[in-house]
Amino acid sequence: MFKFSATTPSSADLAIPPGWLTLCHACDLPSRVGDVPAGGTARCPRCGSVLYRRVRDSLDRTLALALAGLFLFAAANAFPFLALKMQGNVTHTTLSTGVRALYEQGTPIVASLVLLTTIVAPLLQISSLIFVLAPLRLGRRLPGQARVFRLLRRIQPWSMMEVFILGILVSLVKLLDMAQIVPGIALWSFVLLIPVLAAASSSLDAEWVWRRIGLAQ
Amino acid sequence: MTPSAATSSIEDLASCHDCGFVVTLAGGAHHAATHCPRCRAAVHRRKPDSLNRTWALVITAAMLYIPANLFPVMTVISLGKAQADTILSGAIYLLVHGMWPLALIVFFASVVVPLLKLFALTFLLISVQKGSRWRPVERTKLYHVVEAVGRWSMTDIYVVTILVALVSLGNLATIEAGVGAIYFAGVVVATMLAAESFDPRLIWDRARESNG
Ligand SMILES: [Zn+2]
Ligand SMILES: [Zn+2]
Repeated sequence: MFKFSATTPSSADLAIPPGWLTLCHACDLPSRVGDVPAGGTARCPRCGSVLYRRVRDSLDRTLALALAGLFLFAAANAFPFLALKMQGNVTHTTLSTGVRALYEQGTPIVASLVLLTTIVAPLLQISSLIFVLAPLRLGRRLPGQARVFRLLRRIQPWSMMEVFILGILVSLVKLLDMAQIVPGIALWSFVLLIPVLAAASSSLDAEWVWRRIGLAQ
Repeated sequence: MTPSAATSSIEDLASCHDCGFVVTLAGGAHHAATHCPRCRAAVHRRKPDSLNRTWALVITAAMLYIPANLFPVMTVISLGKAQADTILSGAIYLLVHGMWPLALIVFFASVVVPLLKLFALTFLLISVQKGSRWRPVERTKLYHVVEAVGRWSMTDIYVVTILVALVSLGNLATIEAGVGAIYFAGVVVATMLAAESFDPRLIWDRARESNG
């Protein structure tokens, strides 16, 4: 376990030593997490909530997915996601034009919520993952990593791309009688972004990261 | 792999809500706070003022739920005719058009989920306040479900956004967002914050206290 020195440390070498103490976030029972194999999950013996999940190559995998996510997010916002043909008129829609149209119609509260959940939160989620993980991958630490990693946990529930796709699907069906709909490049980026984001957040080993960026142990 | 219960004195330990670090709290008061040595977040034994905050948000959401369903979330103006759609009529529209799998999903996301969250949280709050010992494992699972499904209620808000953006430039038809959408957005935010402010550990505290 403690033999790595000159070689580049891989995530396997730096696995969390078994026997660490944790409290169940749902029922507060103290447990010692034993040797969890890669891909394994430790659950609270009293209430069954997940205590710790170990993912193989968590750092590399999460970082790769976050970088892919950043690329897809950029594409999803740069191009129109739907075009509507009605009586010879073609209307292109990007995510931000939807938000702007809502603002102009006097519903800024709703517009802000859409802006937060489909643009601001996903972007913060992706970029904070990269900000925290990329330096770790290069064996460095940056000031502010702990602060950004805390922000990630707060922002994650408000990132709702997968719900947005359901919204697109429902909208398409509602417009079927009225107009012809042409899916745009951004729509495919959205569709790809959802599994990428979901995989990035489930492959993240937060305890492992905290042990590296934490201010004290 | 299977975790075993530690033998240290349980009452002095608290875990950081942000990073999970286990901190030993001095004094042992219920709301004693300190700062996490690992991430600097404030560490509380329990989420502060959890029951009052959750009640306030649940009541707010319940009050917003009524206008959210009464008022139209959007109005389609086509050839001089205006047709208003509420949350429920939007789901029925899909059903009438034979899209029953999608209608079912929309009905579940926008009608069932908000009600389920309100009833489930009210039930959890009352059971904790009464010091119930009834099935803490199942109540904890119910809380996890409430936490996970809440986001799907946003579907209707997105539908309004997309339709407004797509159709607003057309000459023959216009879609406008209705006040119902504002109230509905309020319901979604209030129920999400309510789920976040409820502390599931309270379920176990009361169960333990009653056990003696
Ligand atoms: Zn537990
Ligand atoms: Zn902490």
